[in-house]
Amino acid sequence: MSSHGISPAELRAVNLPRRKAVNRLMEGLATVAALIAVTILGIVIWSVAKRGAGALDLNLVTRAPVPFAFGPVKQGLANAFAGSLVLVGLATLMALPIGILVAVYLTEFAPPSIRNVVSLALDVLNGVPAIVIGIFVFGLIVIAHGQSGYAGAFALACLMLPLVARSTMEVLLLVPSSLREASLALGVPRWRTTLSIVLPQTVGGIVTGTVLAVARIAGETAPLLFVSSLAGTKTSWDPGHALQSIPVAIFELSESPDPQDHARAWAAALVLLLFILFASLGGRWLATRSRRRLSTSR
Amino acid sequence: MASAELTPDAARRPLAGRRLRVGDLSLQLVAGTAAALATVLVGLIAWKVIDGARPALSHYGLGFVTRIAWNPDSRHELYGAGSFLFGTAVTSLLALLIAAPLALGIALYLTELAPRFLRAPVTALVETLAAIPSVVIGFWGILVLGPALRDHVEPALHSALGFIPLFGTPSQTGSSIFTAIIVLAIMILPIVSSISRELFLGVPRELKEGALALGTTRWEMVRGVVFPYARGGIVAALILGLGRAIGEAIAVTQVIGGGVFIHWNLFDGGDTLGSKIAASYQGATTKLQLGSLIYLALVLLVFSLVINAAAQWIVRRVARRQGTGLNRGGVG
Repeated sequence: MSSHGISPAELRAVNLPRRKAVNRLMEGLATVAALIAVTILGIVIWSVAKRGAGALDLNLVTRAPVPFAFGPVKQGLANAFAGSLVLVGLATLMALPIGILVAVYLTEFAPPSIRNVVSLALDVLNGVPAIVIGIFVFGLIVIAHGQSGYAGAFALACLMLPLVARSTMEVLLLVPSSLREASLALGVPRWRTTLSIVLPQTVGGIVTGTVLAVARIAGETAPLLFVSSLAGTKTSWDPGHALQSIPVAIFELSESPDPQDHARAWAAALVLLLFILFASLGGRWLATRSRRRLSTSR
Repeated sequence: MASAELTPDAARRPLAGRRLRVGDLSLQLVAGTAAALATVLVGLIAWKVIDGARPALSHYGLGFVTRIAWNPDSRHELYGAGSFLFGTAVTSLLALLIAAPLALGIALYLTELAPRFLRAPVTALVETLAAIPSVVIGFWGILVLGPALRDHVEPALHSALGFIPLFGTPSQTGSSIFTAIIVLAIMILPIVSSISRELFLGVPRELKEGALALGTTRWEMVRGVVFPYARGGIVAALILGLGRAIGEAIAVTQVIGGGVFIHWNLFDGGDTLGSKIAASYQGATTKLQLGSLIYLALVLLVFSLVINAAAQWIVRRVARRQGTGLNRGGVG
């Protein structure tokens, strides 16, 4: 028995009241740890809500920022909201089909050796720090072509790809193999089995995975800093140029000494936080539901 | 069987021979290409980062990694990663030191102690903490956490433990390595706790009940059964948390205060690899400076790959052990 185990002699030697006291102490500490985590969450959300709600009005979404504003000028972050929509939308368009195809290949076609290599690559990609992804896209695209919304969306897509592929793989593996076998036994070719029997079963799971991945990348600042940050204050929907985004806007405003800028950053943080909390809690709820459905249909 | 069409084999041949294969092949080709692209992407990232760092790589070689310097002044231009490596190590290790016991406590509470109706909601709350974007945590760190630590925690620690060089003069602004450590601890807490929670859930019930039946208290059962059973997984969870802390750039750059020197006062400023890169996003003036920045990214990439590889290796080893020898995997 290693040092972790408790020998019977030890049990006898230590008197019962002391053992019970130690037990109570440890239970208390564990409970306190959980309380601390929930309290931190509460404090963060409360700070953002309290300061953000005061500055939250329609101007935030409808008006662009005014550069070098003195005094109380009506301004918002319309450029950041538009930019985030475009960036996240484009990133999803890039990462979603490729992620699904990767998952289909790995679960339905790939021989084990290739499956190991590709899923290792996905793990590695998932472990690359977001700021390094930013530097990578900077070197790949920005040095030659300048900052652009396309480059920013590509950087976000790099973060999103392993998430989408992994979650799609998980639901594909849940599809009962009897379903595939039944379809193949009826003479339906492999590709039609995959596209019209297997994949439709996983739509719920793929939607969930995508929602969670979108919630994750919508708040990412690091990949965009070097790639799509030097945007003007004009509201633009054109990904051919650098686009502002909500996280980058919060990052820039947080470095400003002006309390008015802080107020707008709090409001933007509140909107971002609400979106992310809603999406990730909704996604989690969808996930348990679709997983339950798939596993009972087995 | 007069006509050949009636045999199943022949009936299928015109269809099966050509069209079906084409469909299978093309789907396999398209999906395989996507998988190949994803794999190539990893190589491309490594190659592009090395390529971008080349000016600094060829100018400084490996000496860059340990040199303590970041001087963009054109006459004495000199760069090195030393102080940032130090900052990365100090912030991420201390953040892990704070987060690890808390995370294990949370996981124990959620699997062993909490009343049943509280388990799902508290689990969801703790995982919600992981969903908060780092830029929001960092902003909160600048305006709420930093000032609070500066006014209340840092002076108290300094007056009580000031003889330890770690707890030196409190910071003026609230931006300090200490604030960065707390922010990082908050960010890795939900990661470590949610993995540990799943590990603890996987401990076979018979083992736990066996220990309790022998008369152990709940804590003795945890110490004697749950921890040893989940040991490998816990280590992997801690390493993954460490990897997250090492790679975080935004929140750290917001609260750490900056500075290119090695010192032991936690309440002073500093920089990590990630925070230095993020802080320099508005541009580099020379090719060498840009190359050096990307060199920092290369060092960061190598570190996080090593960390993640270690965690994966442990996870696989543990999975293999528990998959084959579930019965003996317990109280060892």
